[in-house]
Amino acid sequence: MSTLVEIKHLVKSYTRGGQVVPVLHDITLDIARGDFISLMGPSGSGKSTLLNLIAGIDKPDSGILRIDGEDISLLDEGDLADWRASNIGFIFQFYNLMPVLSAFENVELPLQLTNLSRSERRERVEMTLGLVGLSDRMEHYPNELSGGQQQRVAIARAIVTDPTILVCDEPTGDLDKQSASDVLGMLQQLNTDMNKTIIMVTHDAHAAEAAKRMVHLEKGELISDPS
Amino acid sequence: MLFLKLIFKNVFRAKLRSSLTLLGLIIAVFAFGLLQTAVDASSAGAKAASSSRMVTRNAISLVFPMPAYYRERIKAVPGVKGVTTAQWFQGIYIEPKNFFPQFGVDHETYFELYPEFLIPADQLLAFKKDRQGIAVGRKLADEFGWKLGDTIPLAGTIFPGNWQFHLRAIFDGKEESTITRQAFFHWEYINEWLKVKAPRRADQIGVFVVEVDDPARTADIAKAIDAEFKSSLAETLTETEKSFQLGFIAQMESIVLLIRVVSFVVIFIIMAVVANTMAMTARERLAEYATLKALGFSPGFVGMLVLGESMMLALLGGGMGILLTFPLAQGFAKSPAGNFFASFKVSPETVWMQVACAVIVGLAAALVPGIRSARIRIVDGLRHIG
Repeated sequence: MSTLVEIKHLVKSYTRGGQVVPVLHDITLDIARGDFISLMGPSGSGKSTLLNLIAGIDKPDSGILRIDGEDISLLDEGDLADWRASNIGFIFQFYNLMPVLSAFENVELPLQLTNLSRSERRERVEMTLGLVGLSDRMEHYPNELSGGQQQRVAIARAIVTDPTILVCDEPTGDLDKQSASDVLGMLQQLNTDMNKTIIMVTHDAHAAEAAKRMVHLEKGELISDPS
Repeated sequence: MLFLKLIFKNVFRAKLRSSLTLLGLIIAVFAFGLLQTAVDASSAGAKAASSSRMVTRNAISLVFPMPAYYRERIKAVPGVKGVTTAQWFQGIYIEPKNFFPQFGVDHETYFELYPEFLIPADQLLAFKKDRQGIAVGRKLADEFGWKLGDTIPLAGTIFPGNWQFHLRAIFDGKEESTITRQAFFHWEYINEWLKVKAPRRADQIGVFVVEVDDPARTADIAKAIDAEFKSSLAETLTETEKSFQLGFIAQMESIVLLIRVVSFVVIFIIMAVVANTMAMTARERLAEYATLKALGFSPGFVGMLVLGESMMLALLGGGMGILLTFPLAQGFAKSPAGNFFASFKVSPETVWMQVACAVIVGLAAALVPGIRSARIRIVDGLRHIG
């Protein structure tokens, strides 16, 4: 499998109350196309920061971060927004759906940034909601859906633009056991059937087992990478 | 489409907060409109003044009269086309709260100099023929339910006695700004009584209304009239009708200024209220704005969402406030307090000012929260719990 994400000597720190707090130290990691990787580690280990950097919603202090051959740390804000729109699908712990939009409209949201016509958007949204088993819930608003259903809408929103990478931040963290299992099964299916590259941050060892590969971080350092 | 849908649905997301803000906006905008209308109304008389008419009064004060024979000498001044007379009466109709302006005039010539008062020819003739005849404006007739032939009693204050007048004519205004809440009767009716009861007060006139043949020459003609009576017992002061009216307005200049200031203070307060609403709203939605940015929407889109919501709130409140201004102004005009103003109508300028205020409130209220939301770092916004 070819390398999709290439990380070399990545360093990231934050400034809190005038103090520089190092978060990631010299991270080097490759992720292959079509891989399903879980990032694990205790709170403050830097796993979410690493995920944010890969997703292009934060910038490293130094190091190389290439996605599909492009060094995204060199892109400006506008280009990075465009890059995210076409390459990244986000799945958040608390779903982050727009409460005033229906399931259909939430899934359609990223397509508003494409050149697709209204009918093409409709067709694609209906197909994607069908994929996650929510064809009969299209007009429902987030507060009319269970947590598991909301996360499935979020998954549909993440894949509707057919992105290269899905980044998942604790996707099962707010779900009951059954819903969590459904969501993980869905992610595995997207990985195997649609060859989506998935990077998932989780605390949950059981959820991490759904991935093909587990990476552990501690105090900003990669401590184990079975690959 | 999505942009408008998001704005529209977000506006009423916090129903109670939005409704209260909207209510505040409505009240502020119509209060501003009413206060501005009161300012306009205070100068309505001056606006309706004719440029070809001047007023000659006693130079010492308006309360001092002038001899009636001045009229012929004024008429002889070059450039003077016509002269008529008017005397403030200040009678009480039933009770003082029914106040309306009343003038004893030269019944033969007065209406010739005031073509903006439209009187049917037969009614004008009837008015001229009846020594106790009175002509009233439509607004006044409607207010008291008077009909032609009615007897209108007025208790004199400056000229004591119970005076009975016969309603012979009802006039309309040529323009909307023409004041039709006033009454005119024969000065001769009062003067004849004065000749018997108070001869020293007879044959005296309050003001002469002078019509000039060339409005561009009013300054020269005024000077000539006043020169005519220089060093006489009653020196005169002649000025354009507009200046004469503005002289009255100047007496309540401080009140008008206060009303003007209060009207803008009201708008400033609501601006702070809407800004607070928008700041709270934007703070609660930081996670949503961060999500939109993560999905690829630009900071400008997020900023415009805040601005759009603020503008929609401001324009909704402003629009409803403007619509409410008209019936409220009408209601005020009909109330006893409204009788203080000759005309209390909402002008197009006031409506435009209300629109401008609503737009400024919307823009100003969105400025800081809009910029802050647009600039939010995605990772910080995603951590935010509203």
